[in-house]
Amino acid sequence: MSVNHPPAFELAGLRHRYGKRTVLTVPHLAIERGETLGLIGPSGAGKSTLLRLLQGLERPSEGVIRVDGAPMPHPLPLPLARRITTVFQRPIMLDRSVRDNVLFGLEVRGRKERGLAEPLLERLGLSHLASAQARRLSGGEVQRVALARAMAIEPDVLLLDEPAANLDPANVARIEAFVREVQARGTTIVLVTHNIHEARRLAHRTLLLIEGAVVETGPTAAFFESPAEARSRAFLAGELIY
Amino acid sequence: MSLTFQVTGLALVIATALGVPLGAVVGLTRFPGRRLVTLVLYTGMGLPPVVVGLVVYLMLSRSGPFGPLGWLFTPSAMVVAQTIIAFPLVAALTMSAVEGVDPDLRLQVRALGATRWQTGWTVLREARIGLTAAIVAAFGGIISEVGAVMLVGGNIEGQTRVLTTAIVLSTRQGDFALAMALGIVLLLLALGANAVLLQLQGRAR
Repeated sequence: MSVNHPPAFELAGLRHRYGKRTVLTVPHLAIERGETLGLIGPSGAGKSTLLRLLQGLERPSEGVIRVDGAPMPHPLPLPLARRITTVFQRPIMLDRSVRDNVLFGLEVRGRKERGLAEPLLERLGLSHLASAQARRLSGGEVQRVALARAMAIEPDVLLLDEPAANLDPANVARIEAFVREVQARGTTIVLVTHNIHEARRLAHRTLLLIEGAVVETGPTAAFFESPAEARSRAFLAGELIY
Repeated sequence: MSLTFQVTGLALVIATALGVPLGAVVGLTRFPGRRLVTLVLYTGMGLPPVVVGLVVYLMLSRSGPFGPLGWLFTPSAMVVAQTIIAFPLVAALTMSAVEGVDPDLRLQVRALGATRWQTGWTVLREARIGLTAAIVAAFGGIISEVGAVMLVGGNIEGQTRVLTTAIVLSTRQGDFALAMALGIVLLLLALGANAVLLQLQGRAR
């Protein structure tokens, strides 16, 4: 969150369409380095689309995304692509061991530090599963392996899509504790969540998206305590049906 | 028996070397004419071997465009014919296998920093069971094949006689015991080769 650096991401005049349908409109948004931005909103609000755009998996239909002040090229050059990673809502495990899944990002970078997997797995309570087949894990375990896999490559930007959805409280606590450790490293995080409490616990700033449009964005405490927009108040009060 | 194995093995290696990359590209990418390529591959899976033999014969015959190679009635011609039979099988089944891999896996792998090549390789690795099936199917298709190798090889003793053509000849001569024995040898060869392929697949896990 240094003022000396350009934002990690800056979106200007962004509009994204699937066919003729506009799914996301962001007139302006800056995501500062080292901050955690919570993206909340109902299903279909465009949250995951925004993550895919930030990961460079899709090119915006209109507008520009700047990364560290420079327009994001498409396709992303490898060095840039390798600074950003996503933990998807439904992480896919490769058909190999948990350890090899965690090491995948290093493997494609030609790095052979196999010892890096264990400390990560330990922090997420998964040490005992290092040699297990990743496809045989439970949902909560898969989410944690996906986080370990993402962090093995020490990204500058971590995009999290519902990392704790449908998990029991113990696993949610584990994942949130891990995210706090990642925050402490100075990693920029964009956290998509249905769970407003999770956003409140983890995000420095919160952005509410509804039907592809930014309703409100602001520091998390202010956003939750005194939302400026009527729709934000309705969403937080659970009055918006979704 | 050794010639059978050499011809089939070489044809399988060539068909795999060409068919797996083509199947992977068709399965993983979208390009104009993709449906046509798919149609051609699927049709190729059902190519009547004897027609392949006929076409290869004409191509390699003295007046054919590849006549000067002098390959007709040599094991090279048999390898060519078997490769043509095996190639669409390998390519089409590879295509199906990579299409069966969850498309989100590619996004996941790319988001972890894989290059395009690494992504393709990872998908192929994930599809390895399907790939083994493709190679096994192609192997089964060509080791048991008789029409094409008979036509282009000529079933010359000591030169181009393979197990299947020897079985045909023995049967025609009424030597059913020999034909049956050769048939058993052929089956055992197929069994052994498939066991090796499955072993390789298991090791890749």
